[in-house]
Amino acid sequence: MSDTKTAPEAQARKIPAPPVTIESKPFWDAAAEGRFLIKRCNSCGKAHWYPRAICPICFSDDTVWEESPGEGVIYAHSVMRRSPTGPFAIGYVTLDEGPAVLTNFVDCDLDALAIGQRVKVRFQDTENGPPVPVFSPI
Amino acid sequence: MSIKGQAYIMGAYEHPLRDAPDKSTPQIHAECAKGALEDAGLTKDDIDGYFCAGDAPGFGGMSMIDYMGLRNVRHMDSTETGGSSYILHVGHAAQAIAQGKCKVALITLAGRPRQQKFGGFGGGGRPGQLTDGPPEAGFENIYGGTTHNTYAMCAARHMYEYGTTSEQLAWIKVAASHHAQWNEHAMLRDVVTVEDVLNSPMISDPLHRLDCCVVSDGGGALIVTSPEIAASLNRPKVKVIGAGESPKGPMGGHDLDLTHSGALWSGPIAFEEAGVKPSDMKYASIYDSFTITVLMQLEDLGFCEKGQGGKFVADGNLISGVGKLPFNTDGGGLCNNHPTNRGGITKVIEAVRQLRGEAHPKVQVPNCDLAIAHGTGGSLGTRHGSATLIMERE
Repeated sequence: MSDTKTAPEAQARKIPAPPVTIESKPFWDAAAEGRFLIKRCNSCGKAHWYPRAICPICFSDDTVWEESPGEGVIYAHSVMRRSPTGPFAIGYVTLDEGPAVLTNFVDCDLDALAIGQRVKVRFQDTENGPPVPVFSPI
Repeated sequence: MSIKGQAYIMGAYEHPLRDAPDKSTPQIHAECAKGALEDAGLTKDDIDGYFCAGDAPGFGGMSMIDYMGLRNVRHMDSTETGGSSYILHVGHAAQAIAQGKCKVALITLAGRPRQQKFGGFGGGGRPGQLTDGPPEAGFENIYGGTTHNTYAMCAARHMYEYGTTSEQLAWIKVAASHHAQWNEHAMLRDVVTVEDVLNSPMISDPLHRLDCCVVSDGGGALIVTSPEIAASLNRPKVKVIGAGESPKGPMGGHDLDLTHSGALWSGPIAFEEAGVKPSDMKYASIYDSFTITVLMQLEDLGFCEKGQGGKFVADGNLISGVGKLPFNTDGGGLCNNHPTNRGGITKVIEAVRQLRGEAHPKVQVPNCDLAIAHGTGGSLGTRHGSATLIMERE
């Protein structure tokens, strides 16, 4: 399927520092400690992603941060072959808590990734910014 | 139709803060929306029209609609006229309500100029500084997403759920190339085969280079007039008979469904207004940023059952004079052009040519009296705005 070699090592593509807002700062502060937070709404009980102050399900402003194990399954993915730093994988993970998260898959054979595969969060360093969540097969 | 007496302002809310270091701009938009809804005695899901201007982070209203989880929006307007925008929006909202395009319109304004010392709007993060751009930026823009690999995810998921194949997607490019050979301005005029598409380099699995549209300069323009002025002009009349629009996004990560586009909602609105159905269409201009874009939109518009798009486009069914649904007879974005990476206007232009009988004779659809132009902007893989237009030759 692919004419590009892939190696089971962290992607060569550097991840830029994420823009941090006053609303997302608690997430990135926790990320710096290796903790993966999601937001849950006390009113409707549902978790959502990306984290917001107001629940995108029921519009309650009673949302709270919750630490997540960061486990789920691959919903869809694609390996970008046209990249100056080599191929990398982008995809969505459906967290066990429900919401889907856009991410990169690292430390794996990119050609072996499959929809439905179980993955777990880890953090990858960025240049001059907080580490960002990426996922690897369990 | 006049707007006089056709709409009422029933909710209003002014944010109490004058210095808001602890809230993001999207958050203040949402708090204002919440306040106005509570004032009116309505809920978020009652909103079917959203109006914003340039202060709303993101592109158009897409980021804020997704941030707030406005699932029922069917009318969008991001007209920007500076500080007067929101007054103008009330007039536009009244027009939309008078015409039945929406029933409950939300207009928001928010910003934090006093916090600009913490960083500018948009763009990437400044190390150690807070920014105030699109709310999804920190959680999405860092992962190397492009149109190619986000649409590729749609294709991958569509293949997973429905068994769609690369060969079937390739037929869309093959059809476009058959049309482009007759267009002297088209960037790619060579007729290609399914094998040519499959043998072109993989860009982002499972999309090959020939699954992707061209990158082109250029542009286009349209003139829309009243019936009276149309009657006074010496040109064939193309009547607008239906229009629909819809946003689509992950809405908090629970609505992620990469195999569907906003055409699922914008299509039926337009067809209902026009009083016609997909099978009545003699010609279709379908946004073709990628082959998968065409396939998903054809399904969602109702030209075939969901999941059957692969079979529908195969074997030349989109080629004028060969198949049942001639599409993009100018060669489309896949072969002709995609000016400034926004192909919507060329979709309308070729539909107008077909309805006037002024398409190239080799691709002109005989007696073309009903046509559709449909497009999707943004990314099918994240959030996008969908628009459907039905036109009739008079």
